[in-house]
Amino acid sequence: MFSLQEIKKSGIAAIWFMFLTFPIMVIRVNPLERTIQWRWENMLYVGIGVFAFSFLWREMLRRKEMGLKKKMQEDGSEKPGFLQKAAENPRLILPALGLVMGIALLFPHLVNPYQISIMTLALIYVVLGLGLNIVVGQAGLLNLGYVAFFAVGAYTYALLNKHFGLGFWACLPIGAGMAALFGILLALPILRLRGDYLAIVTLGFGEITRIVLENWGKFSGGPIGIRGIPRPDFFGMSFSLSEAIMYIYYLMIAAVILTIFVINRLQNSRLGRAWVALREDEIACQAMGIDKAKVKLSAFALGATWAGMAGVIFAGYNTYINPKSFTFMESVIILSIVVLGGMGSILGVVLGGLIMILLPEYLREVGHYRMLIFGAAMIIMMVFRPQGLIQSKRKAYEFQEDKGAA
Amino acid sequence: MLTIESINTYYGNIRALKNISIDIAQGEIVALIGANGAGKTTTLKSISGITPPRTGRIRFMGKEIQNAAPEKIVAMGLCHVPEGRHIFPQLSVMENLEMGAFLRRDKAEIKKDLDYIMSLFPILAQRRKQAGGTLSGGEQQMLAISRALMGRPKLLLLDEPSLGLAPLIIRQIFEIIEQINRSGTTIFLIEQNANLALKSSHRGYVMENGEITLTDTADKLLSNEDVKKAYLGI
Ligand SMILES: Nc1ncnc2c1ncn2[C@@H]1O[C@H](COP(=O)(O)OP(=O)(O)OP(=O)(O)O)[C@@H](O)[C@H]1O
Ligand SMILES: [Mg+2]
Repeated sequence: MFSLQEIKKSGIAAIWFMFLTFPIMVIRVNPLERTIQWRWENMLYVGIGVFAFSFLWREMLRRKEMGLKKKMQEDGSEKPGFLQKAAENPRLILPALGLVMGIALLFPHLVNPYQISIMTLALIYVVLGLGLNIVVGQAGLLNLGYVAFFAVGAYTYALLNKHFGLGFWACLPIGAGMAALFGILLALPILRLRGDYLAIVTLGFGEITRIVLENWGKFSGGPIGIRGIPRPDFFGMSFSLSEAIMYIYYLMIAAVILTIFVINRLQNSRLGRAWVALREDEIACQAMGIDKAKVKLSAFALGATWAGMAGVIFAGYNTYINPKSFTFMESVIILSIVVLGGMGSILGVVLGGLIMILLPEYLREVGHYRMLIFGAAMIIMMVFRPQGLIQSKRKAYEFQEDKGAA
Repeated sequence: MLTIESINTYYGNIRALKNISIDIAQGEIVALIGANGAGKTTTLKSISGITPPRTGRIRFMGKEIQNAAPEKIVAMGLCHVPEGRHIFPQLSVMENLEMGAFLRRDKAEIKKDLDYIMSLFPILAQRRKQAGGTLSGGEQQMLAISRALMGRPKLLLLDEPSLGLAPLIIRQIFEIIEQINRSGTTIFLIEQNANLALKSSHRGYVMENGEITLTDTADKLLSNEDVKKAYLGI
């Protein structure tokens, strides 16, 4: 493994990285004293680090490839990893579910309100991820403007409450419905688009929504947004702050369970199968007698519904909203949740959502480097496990196989 | 069973089909042959509603379908195996077949049809769990045909079933096409391989530049001097 060629490769990588990181690692400008400090020793560390790491990297890639080949030889398909196996073992499912539920229910009693809030936010993103998963993971339609539906839900609650005094529970279905309506509105003009074009149009849609919210001050409060949105109530009862935080947390747990339940049902329904067909091959999908337009519309509308619901809860959770919460970056994070978790896999998306939101939050201690670590983690993930944490598994074939046939 | 009355189909301003008229009777195998770009694929797409004709009429089992949506046409029992097979690449062979029965709800009957197809194509039974995209070209063609059969078509439209396959496999596929036909499915097929297509068919149409130039029984076409020169390479 230490052949001359390898050493050369690693050497080039090391020099390249030394060059790349030169401005931030070596030069330090002190604006007060107007001096420049040259930290050449940092360059040495980068060089040595990259040199060593590149060997490790190649070795891991090699192992991965060898592993893949071996698996392919064995049974013609990829073998599931540890996490995958655990997720599919029927004997583990019930105890694991019980354990997770237990932790989820006890969690707010064990930690401080700040951590409950962070967890609630993560759960909101889990719902968003699950919703986007319908559109991207199931139906294969790249949507880069998904956050717009989140905004529609949040502003629906905020505005209806401000102008008409409608409460949280009344707004929850209205917000979800409004988002679905927007989903259909977006989907109608782009029924013929796919791939890159679809990505561009949806991206534009998301940005337009944000810009309208930012600039139509009379309607949306402009960049300042809307304040004083009431927290969710419990049959008219309202809570103290710490109780409310806990209540929203439990609400979110219920929302996640509901989402998983409904989406799981959808996945195994005729509609779910039509989504998969659409993702796989549009021409064949049509030849099977599937109405392409209807299937696309339903994917967009149903995906948007969950974003709308999450938006209403988010408005109640935050008590104030402004367009800053609904930027393109948010769409990217939600998309990353879906990709990181494993396109199409419900459990994967749940894990992805928790990791994507909690990890940067808890990495805050590491200060400036947290986004760097986060970015590196994403890259490593995509290189070594492009199918995501948990690979999506479609429901096995419904009909009994007759053993004699083969 | 299928009557096409002087249809004209356009791609933008390009007129791809010029007054095409075709008749197909119940129980027949009819072949449509012609050079590259003659408009054969367009003819099939016009029938199945993917590129509806601008003028003219298409009647299937007595109903006019020239303006019907593709999924409605499939539901009437007219299935199209598109050019280039279009297997669902990540779905297993079984799941592909299951998709073919998408519009049906009679589970017991679907099961019966599956068994029938497995007997027709034993290789698919062996490969039932393999992803469609990893099948060989011949296996994919068999899967594409069987998937269409899962919709219980009354009329099956086949677009170049021999495309890119070895002679031995082509012969095998044509034998199966004849077998499907004997069990009651009418077949309209497009072929570059005019010789084999006409040998399996009852009647044939010859197409050039968007027009039908010749139609006759398959035997007569096979011995026609013009056809021999242009399409049979004799
Ligand atoms: N989507 C399209 N847009 C514009 N023109 C098209 C389109 N599809 C086909 N055509 C044109 O229509 C004519 C007929 O094409 P068609 O695909 O029907 O030919 P074909 O007989 O099936 O040929 P081949 O044997 O090569 O498959 C060709 O000139 C082709 O360039
Ligand atoms: Mg063609």
